Amino acid sequence: METIEPISGHKEKGGDEDRRDYTGIRDGAAVIKTVALRAWFGSLMALKGVDILIAAGAVTAIIGPSGCGKSTFIRTLNRMHEGVPGARVSGSVYFAGQDIYDPKVNPVMLRRRIGMVFQKPNPFPMMSVKDNVLAGIPLQGTRGSAGDDVLERSLRQAALWDEVKDVLDKPGTSLSGGQQQRLCIARALAIEPEILLMDEPCSALDPIATAKIEDLIHSLRGGITIIIVTHNMQQAARVSDYTAFFYMGELVEYCDTDTLFKSPHKTRTEDYITGRFG
Amino acid sequence: MRKKGIAQDLSFRAMDEKIEKAFKAIMALAVMVPFVILAVLLIDTAVDGLPRLGWDFLTGFPSRFAARAGILSPLAGSAILMILTAAIALPLGIGAAIYLEEYAGKNAVTAFIEINISNLAGVPSIIYGLLGLGLFVRFMNMGRSLLAGAATLSLMVLPMIIMAARESMRMVPGDLREAAYALGADKWTTIRKIVLPLSLPGILTGVILSLSRAIGETAPIITIGALTYVAFLPDSVMSPFTALPVQIFNWISRPQSDFHVNAAAGIIVLLVIMILMNSLAIALRYRLQRRID
Amino acid sequence: MDNRKPDLLQSRSLTERWISAALFACAAMSVAVTAGIIMVLFFETVEFFRQVPLSEFFFDTQWTPLFDQKHFGIWPLIAGTALTSFFAMIVAVPMGILIAIFLSEFAPERLRRILKPVLEVLAGVPTVVYGYFALTFVTPLLQGFIPELAGFNSLSPGLVMGIMITPIVASLSEDAIYSVPASLREGAIALGSNRLRAIRHVILPTAFSGIAASFILGISRAIGETMIVAIAAGQQPVLTLDPRVPIETMTAYIVQVSLGDTPHGTLEYNTIFAVGAMLFVMTLAFNLLALYLRRKLLKGAL
Repeated sequence: METIEPISGHKEKGGDEDRRDYTGIRDGAAVIKTVALRAWFGSLMALKGVDILIAAGAVTAIIGPSGCGKSTFIRTLNRMHEGVPGARVSGSVYFAGQDIYDPKVNPVMLRRRIGMVFQKPNPFPMMSVKDNVLAGIPLQGTRGSAGDDVLERSLRQAALWDEVKDVLDKPGTSLSGGQQQRLCIARALAIEPEILLMDEPCSALDPIATAKIEDLIHSLRGGITIIIVTHNMQQAARVSDYTAFFYMGELVEYCDTDTLFKSPHKTRTEDYITGRFG
Repeated sequence: MRKKGIAQDLSFRAMDEKIEKAFKAIMALAVMVPFVILAVLLIDTAVDGLPRLGWDFLTGFPSRFAARAGILSPLAGSAILMILTAAIALPLGIGAAIYLEEYAGKNAVTAFIEINISNLAGVPSIIYGLLGLGLFVRFMNMGRSLLAGAATLSLMVLPMIIMAARESMRMVPGDLREAAYALGADKWTTIRKIVLPLSLPGILTGVILSLSRAIGETAPIITIGALTYVAFLPDSVMSPFTALPVQIFNWISRPQSDFHVNAAAGIIVLLVIMILMNSLAIALRYRLQRRID
Repeated sequence: MDNRKPDLLQSRSLTERWISAALFACAAMSVAVTAGIIMVLFFETVEFFRQVPLSEFFFDTQWTPLFDQKHFGIWPLIAGTALTSFFAMIVAVPMGILIAIFLSEFAPERLRRILKPVLEVLAGVPTVVYGYFALTFVTPLLQGFIPELAGFNSLSPGLVMGIMITPIVASLSEDAIYSVPASLREGAIALGSNRLRAIRHVILPTAFSGIAASFILGISRAIGETMIVAIAAGQQPVLTLDPRVPIETMTAYIVQVSLGDTPHGTLEYNTIFAVGAMLFVMTLAFNLLALYLRRKLLKGAL
């Protein structure tokens, strides 16, 4: 096992150098807990041992410079990381009382409870708007048809209903980029996940479309746990309750969002949020 | 979709596992079937034909008696056909490829030529035979000669050669071209000194593979009127001729099974020639790859 | 080196211009080939229709140009072609698509790189060899199960032709499936789909036009395939859908006439061009349809 090297060359402001978690979230309030989570691409270690507790019902933002492992991190939470050839994971992720990396756990079942939205909108091109929202039914092989109520509810949750209610039979790819991304969010919400992972969901969108997605994250707060990766610090500050700062595959600081952006505990974090590097 | 309140457990589902296993088995079967059939085909032919194969068979002329018949004249015919075909198709094919890769602008004419080439690749070989019959044998008065046969086969392999040549010219890194231009070389010099030498093994690979297709082609040769009984060696490109696959076809169509044995032996010779040509092509491709790496 | 400074205004040399003209001529040659095919088929076919009314060609149900009692109805030849092609596709479509799914979705990269060229070998076996195999191996084998199967029939060469076409269908379908963006595959997996359902509901529908193109190119190959059917299907142009009896395809008819000593200028000589024109039009239509579908795939795949 590799030892986790402390980030060197920076004198910490606060006393305890090893402390990373300043959130005060306790085990009982967490929906996900990772222990010594490491991930590799071939021989490259992208995550170097992450321990974190994700608060149930909150919005947690993951920030950090590109290549810091933030996308890899959320892809380990629904076991999408291992789909990449050569990719490997060690350590534990606890969810629903299970270590999801236990061989008994079926990643397919896991993903029915943890939804995901990707960087670039990826509606299924051969499906209509409606079929895209309800794509989970054939893809999970669920018997019996979910009614129009699921369709409408999911689209309303995704703040898309009013815009698409008259074009439900048009191809999903005929929508604008921002609408496509909200369609993908509706698609993920339709399977009623307990957690929604969002991997830089606005990076391909213009500011107006981005604002709509941020509004929708606000409206979802409380009902569902959201973990959002973003390279945009203002976005993290706007939408999240807690923010985790990753650097070089390590969790540097994890704190409630206000404190992290106003008075971070670590010099590294301060350097990043004030734009001194990254 | 999921009933509210009842969280799904995370374990595997027996049914899904079974279906996936069954599907994998069916796929494995589908992948194996073609190989099994190829093996059966080769073994069947070898069992039929190997006893007949010998020096006499390779150096004999056709005969009314199956046991005395040989393949010297069709072998000679096929060899000359291949040489002539290469001589006609190679310059045409490489010329067209150079034009399309290096000179052609992105315009309607180019698009038309490209669609045309990909369509020609899908034209059945027997149609090329009819073209050869109408154009070379009749209109250009070549008669049922080796030259007419080679011209016909050349047109047939042209699309394949053009596509192979273009592909290997595309593998030459663009910065080498730019380096040559930056030294003040003109276009043709750049192509001649940089692009062609680097892509030549790839082009030759494509040419050899096309020729190995052509050598097994029967239909166009029959259509332009290759003879099925030739008891002499060709003395010029205007000679009437026969070719190996035509001779094989002739023997297969005889009702007597003795001739089927001859056909099997002929097939073995044909396949050996094709394997040799393909090995040569693969060796060349290997050399090319090493040079580019 | 030359000490004079190069003249910036010096125009492209004459040789350079000649060379580019010659290269263009080479490329234009391919257009001339198409034009040649169309002209040869057109003139001889016009000659044919001077003597045989169009209505007979398209509506008569008998094809007997080599008999005393001549009929020129193309249908028996089309039926023979359709029958053998049908059996070929019954083999090639399921096998091709299964192999394509295996290669693109399940096989490790190394196995994929080995299998693809080996499959191409199958497509490269001369058709006269497949014909021999159909006649001397597959037909006797099938006769063990179907006693009424004649020595020449449409079933056996059709099935063997299917084996020959399978690699073409597999390779083109595999290209289509491979071109489906990984993001769609991930999207399906993230929704809690297993691999098979992702293939069935997302990947195959997205690659549909490319897969359809591979089937259509397969049909086009089957229609134009000559030697297998000329050897093993017979030379009896009868209008039947019975797979057990001898038939004749369009291509086999052209071979039959070419083998005989039919003098230039006779009606029999013209028939092969009329049949060839029919064959050319049919394969061209299928090829263009396939081209259209593949373009659609490229556009659709974002």
